[in-house]
Amino acid sequence: MLRFIVRRLLVLVPVLLGLSIALFAWVRALPGSPAQALLGERATQAQIDLINRQMGLDEPIYVQYFRFLGKIVQFDFGTSVQTNQPVLDEMIRRFPATFELGVTALLLAVVVGVPLGYFAARRGGTWLDSATITGSLVGITIPVFFLAYMLKYVFAVKLGWFPNTGRQEARMLNVEHPTGFYVLDGLVTGNMAAFWDAILHLVLPAVALATIPLAIIARITRAAVLDVLNEDYVRTAESKGLTAGVVTRRHVLRNALLPVTTVVGLQFGLLMSGAILTETVFAFPGVGKFVADAIPTRDYPSIQGFILVIATLFVLINLVVDVAYGLIDPRVRVK
Amino acid sequence: MEARKRLSAVVAGGALLLAAAACGGGGGTGNQPGESTQPSAGGGGDKAFVWALSAEPKALDGAYVSDGESLRVVRQIFEGLVGTKPGATDVVPALATKWESTDATNWTFTLKQGVKFHDGTDFNAEAACWNFERWFNFKGAQQNPAVSYYWQTVFGGFAKNEDPEMTPSSYKGCKTEGADKIVISLASPSASFISALSLPSFSMVSPAAIQKSGDAVEMKGDAPEFTGKFATEAPVGTGPYKFVSWARGDKLTLEAFDGYHGEKAKIKSLIFRAISDAPARRQALESGEIDGFDQVEPADVETLKGAGYTIQERPALNVGYIGFNQKLAPMDNPKIRQAIAHAINREALVKAKYPPGSTVATQFMPPELAGYNEQVTTYPYDVNKAKQLIAESGVANPTVELWYPTGVTRPYMPDPKANFEAFKADLEAAGFKVVVKSARWTPEYIDAVDNGKAMIFMIGWNADFADADNFVGTFFQAPQKRWSFDNKEIFGKLDEAERETDPAKRTALYQEANKLIMDFLPGLPYVHNKSFVGLGKDIKGFLTDPLSNENFSLVSRG
Repeated sequence: MLRFIVRRLLVLVPVLLGLSIALFAWVRALPGSPAQALLGERATQAQIDLINRQMGLDEPIYVQYFRFLGKIVQFDFGTSVQTNQPVLDEMIRRFPATFELGVTALLLAVVVGVPLGYFAARRGGTWLDSATITGSLVGITIPVFFLAYMLKYVFAVKLGWFPNTGRQEARMLNVEHPTGFYVLDGLVTGNMAAFWDAILHLVLPAVALATIPLAIIARITRAAVLDVLNEDYVRTAESKGLTAGVVTRRHVLRNALLPVTTVVGLQFGLLMSGAILTETVFAFPGVGKFVADAIPTRDYPSIQGFILVIATLFVLINLVVDVAYGLIDPRVRVK
Repeated sequence: MEARKRLSAVVAGGALLLAAAACGGGGGTGNQPGESTQPSAGGGGDKAFVWALSAEPKALDGAYVSDGESLRVVRQIFEGLVGTKPGATDVVPALATKWESTDATNWTFTLKQGVKFHDGTDFNAEAACWNFERWFNFKGAQQNPAVSYYWQTVFGGFAKNEDPEMTPSSYKGCKTEGADKIVISLASPSASFISALSLPSFSMVSPAAIQKSGDAVEMKGDAPEFTGKFATEAPVGTGPYKFVSWARGDKLTLEAFDGYHGEKAKIKSLIFRAISDAPARRQALESGEIDGFDQVEPADVETLKGAGYTIQERPALNVGYIGFNQKLAPMDNPKIRQAIAHAINREALVKAKYPPGSTVATQFMPPELAGYNEQVTTYPYDVNKAKQLIAESGVANPTVELWYPTGVTRPYMPDPKANFEAFKADLEAAGFKVVVKSARWTPEYIDAVDNGKAMIFMIGWNADFADADNFVGTFFQAPQKRWSFDNKEIFGKLDEAERETDPAKRTALYQEANKLIMDFLPGLPYVHNKSFVGLGKDIKGFLTDPLSNENFSLVSRG
């Protein structure tokens, strides 16, 4: 197992190297430069030239690339053009927001999606089944930003049940954020009002972000459970007199959850791209919003840093999924 | 059955959690937005004022920033020697009570006495000169135009220019005369200098605080980095509000300064939040999370008014224009430029696509500013005249490239595509063949315009400071690739106007320049647009400022 993990981690090196080259070339192939983005209609050619010279953007692209690579290996992602702060600091500062949101959305997707898929399969052909299939189709096709605005309009503006934007009510003063995970911070500092407020702020963005993964998870679960229900070993288990609970737990769910686990892992990528939209619409100060703001400002260092970090996380999460796979399915371990 | 029950319990649990959250938000233990659960910082229980910015400020040292959102916050913490009258463009005393000059080269400022910085140190002649010398002696990354943009715009270069192509500084020095007088010397006479000093970029900062927190800027990787903490963690000025905290991405908190030398702020806590999405800003106002925001979309104005929100008009200190690049034929042909001017129905466009109160522009600066000329050549809408001019131009079936930006709204151009469509239809009606070009505003579009690749382009300008020099001086005082013309008469007239200290003569010179410009027709100005500020139902005393330098200390709740 250890060897498997090490081998998978080593694969990261060529993946990231290749990605960094593609990324570096792509970002610089975009027309315009940070100088123009910074100064807008005010830019004069002399100022643009000067900024480009100071930023080293007038050097050959391979020189720029090797300088970039040399710094990346030391975890120096450079300085953000939009905030003039180190990119790494900016990402660390914003990561807890995205993590809280992503985890909440994923939990929501799993907690609702798996049972929904399961019952839809168990009650195949009933209204529940049709509702799940239709609902998941809607969930996949509805644009996230549209759903986000609708959720906000109904639940924040009209009903006032949930907050509209951000992670914490701005007028709450003296709220401490020692960890940056606002829900946790509320608990750690014993500020229950802030804790509850942070949870409320998570609900609408998490629902918006969860719809697509939820729909996919429900569908995959339904299909997997249907497959397994028709297997001989399930019929055998039932006929040898095992209780329904044992059959469900040991034979149906355990086997059906294998494809679901993979899908949940893959949803992570979707969640990250979804976070860019969701965080923008909810003014949720996470990494997604930061990179959304970085693209129009041609904030090369931030865009590069963000994508490299996400790629690394993606590979690592897939590794975790594969390891988890082994835990659920002994056959994988044996192989 | 057991497992099924357990699964049902999970589903029910999830639903319950959501329902609980919903109930909590609606009443019970939750808080409606705006109800602080903590006592406010200054006691008295007053509710903090929350303003939504469209972008996060970069830094809070005016000398290092040029973007409107940073300057808006800087304006609350700091003051300059001069300011502008709230809600107007007149230059008024701030930290200087008066200023005078006999030659427009040496300016004597008399400073207000008894003024203290937030850190308790004195503002005096020594501190004032220290500030000017600090800017003048910027080095390294501090000389990056993205960092010290306004110093370079107003004063050119520095004590030691590190880039050979940078212009020499027009600032010569500052000396104190006693504790309350300073004399600022310039290399050449300038009269626009005084209104430029009202920019928040020329705010007085506490020398002691800079020495304590540091103001270093270093080139790190691809961009300048504010490594000194003054600009990001500990800004200290003399303004009505003092800095409390800045949780980047989340909120920036200021608090009324008890020792303020003027009228103290009415609302104790002032909070800025960045909400970059325009519909999200409106929804945040509607749900009470914020008390105000800028750039209300014209389509939302009536809806918000109807719902009881206060909508204020921002005077139109801007101009929207289409520019002609004379390097690209047939734009070098004056008859073609005139034909375009007559072909475009500016009245109809402004009436149909701009909010009430917006006016058709006849020249490249708004009527609010001295130097505006009522007598410039105008080019009224006249398709037949346009066709006739095309015929006279000698260009058969003229083809033009018309550029418009995507992914942007500007105060002078709320819907670029709508303008573009109107222009295109008008041009085609007059007999032009129009080739459509579009690009994302930043940076592709700006890139094409600045590098002289765009033949006819839609762009505009928002005033930095209220002076003709900031409009026509910026556009036409020197050759630029976007226009690609070399008209010595216009350049010379604008040089002369900038140097003139006598206000009446100066106004006359700018009027002459405007006449010359509109005869030459380097582009076609078409609109001075109003923009709108949206405010919560209980907000009083907010004075929308033509230059977006609102003073939040005047705001209260009614």
